[in-house]
Amino acid sequence: MPRRRFPRAFTIALLGAALTAPSSALDAQRPILPRTAAGKPDLNGIWQAMTSANYDIEPHDAKPAMAMRPGPVVPVPAKEILALGAVGAVPAGTGIVIGGEIPYLPAALAKRNDNRENWLTRDPEVKCYLPGIPRATYMPFPFQILQSQKAFFISYEYAGAVREVYLKNPGPPETDSWMGQSDGHWEGDTFVVSVTGFNDGSWFDRAGNHHSEALTVVERFTMTSPDHIRYRATMTDPQTFSRPWSIELTLYRHVEPDARLGQFKCVPFVEELLYGHLRKTPIKP
Amino acid sequence: MNRIINRIVHCTVNRTTIVLTLAICGGSLSTSSLLAQATTRVAPAAKKTWVAPRTPDGHPDFQGNWTNGTMTPLERPTGYGRALTAQQASALEKIRADTVEQLAKQSDPNRPAPPKGGDGSVGAAGNVGGYNYFWIDAGDHMAVVNGELRSSIIVDPANGRVPPLTPAGREKQAERFRQSRRFGEYDNPENRPLAERCIMSFGSNAGPPMLPNYFYNNNYSIVQTKDNVMIMTEMVHDARMIHMKPTAPLPKNMRPWMGDSHGRWVGDTLVIETTNFHPEQLFRSASDNLRVIERFHRVDANTLLYRFTIDDPATFTQSWSGELPFLKMDQLIYEYACHEGNYALSNILSGERAREREAPAKPSKP
Repeated sequence: MPRRRFPRAFTIALLGAALTAPSSALDAQRPILPRTAAGKPDLNGIWQAMTSANYDIEPHDAKPAMAMRPGPVVPVPAKEILALGAVGAVPAGTGIVIGGEIPYLPAALAKRNDNRENWLTRDPEVKCYLPGIPRATYMPFPFQILQSQKAFFISYEYAGAVREVYLKNPGPPETDSWMGQSDGHWEGDTFVVSVTGFNDGSWFDRAGNHHSEALTVVERFTMTSPDHIRYRATMTDPQTFSRPWSIELTLYRHVEPDARLGQFKCVPFVEELLYGHLRKTPIKP
Repeated sequence: MNRIINRIVHCTVNRTTIVLTLAICGGSLSTSSLLAQATTRVAPAAKKTWVAPRTPDGHPDFQGNWTNGTMTPLERPTGYGRALTAQQASALEKIRADTVEQLAKQSDPNRPAPPKGGDGSVGAAGNVGGYNYFWIDAGDHMAVVNGELRSSIIVDPANGRVPPLTPAGREKQAERFRQSRRFGEYDNPENRPLAERCIMSFGSNAGPPMLPNYFYNNNYSIVQTKDNVMIMTEMVHDARMIHMKPTAPLPKNMRPWMGDSHGRWVGDTLVIETTNFHPEQLFRSASDNLRVIERFHRVDANTLLYRFTIDDPATFTQSWSGELPFLKMDQLIYEYACHEGNYALSNILSGERAREREAPAKPSKP
């Protein structure tokens, strides 16, 4: 039997301290994480958020549909999505924005509200566009982290989006892009990714929350157990927000032994929506 | 700098109407193409001191960015043996280099619009002068395998040609042809090629088999973990996940793009078997039972030797194989956001609708 390192009373005192102070005393409480040959937490695996944040990252009640129109008594689902019934309804969620509300500048808030009114024609997800960061993380699809001694790569099921997180910063991004340029480094056991070089095309959710091309995102991936990652992202965009703000959520591992990333290449799925009117013989409504 | 220019111009294409005929979209040529290619011939000469890098699991390390761009065609042109002499290769490469020089000249920004009915330019230029060679990175050198200059990628059968189809294969090909003839080529988005629709790359870049497209962006990124080898094809950001740990094969009715790939190590060679191909991505009229076996072997610091075998007895009278090098690339691969800026597809379709309005009697070009 291994010798106990500390007298029992001392251990209990340490545990008490651990509840209040994030210190090395916590080490004794840390779950045993899978680790790479280099000693860093091994984030390899298939992960997915369990949240309704893709509908709206702010707190929201359930409602009949994302797009509504006035009804005689109360608003009703817009006619474009009426046929979906309960399938087109929106589940409630307490949101993932720390503090609850995104600190928009007044003009940007007006734009968000306008986006929301015009969700069907404006949400890039409807057109199967690349999701951007952080939206890719909490879309209702899994993603796979491929972490090796040389590379850190994320493959997303939605739209087949990908991003390589550079472990050696190649310098400022040479052009803007949907997924941005990701530069990663370790801070202790947390993988920190700085994402820059965005275009202004992606949204945060289906609720019209948006950003400009001045957006930068700092993400923090902290494994809290072998099957959980605490994900935090901080958004800075002085053209859109009055101050930096953050989201936080948990990522869950797909633990099934045969778990694999599915394929959701949605481009062909939206061809009728985007190009149907250009057919030689458009399909009759 | 070359790279920067390439990228800026490629991104600009997204927002212009210069290119009506091809869905080039937001992709970028991530090789500083000519410079990178120019080193091809000398690069593979391995130094004696080179030691194959290995992953922590002890397997050869293939990680990094690679290109399989080459002038060597899939099938052998008549009049050549498997190996080209240095003189033959140099002659072919000189023709390419001269063409590149000629076609890469800066276009006159004040040139008038192409004449009605097109300017006669073919291929990527699409009859409207859409692309000059500045855009294109089709490979400038013949492939070298084990020191031999190659006239074709196919090495088996020995004539370097795709073997004849079986009667069933011929019937299937004819049936496909009949199907496609039911439509004009600009009738519907589904009548356009996968690359133009931003669904998959030109040619068979992502494959498998992973072949050069003889156009541009023949670039790949490989990441290896304990459970997967991931090969990302730049065009259209297709991450192919090869399962290295025993994983249940997909049921027969699941047919993703790039199929279902399972890999294993045989010594220092990565062997990948792929089945369950997408019905719209069946290579060379193959059947649903197509099986592609690929082998990757690192031969030196700059070269992965890629071999593939096409196994589909229902379609081909024999299985057939090819090989070509993937050469190391020290440049980054950028986002190939194709669909997001695909003005070309709607322009192509609306152009044809406009032509029909002008000349209603004229049938669509077959």
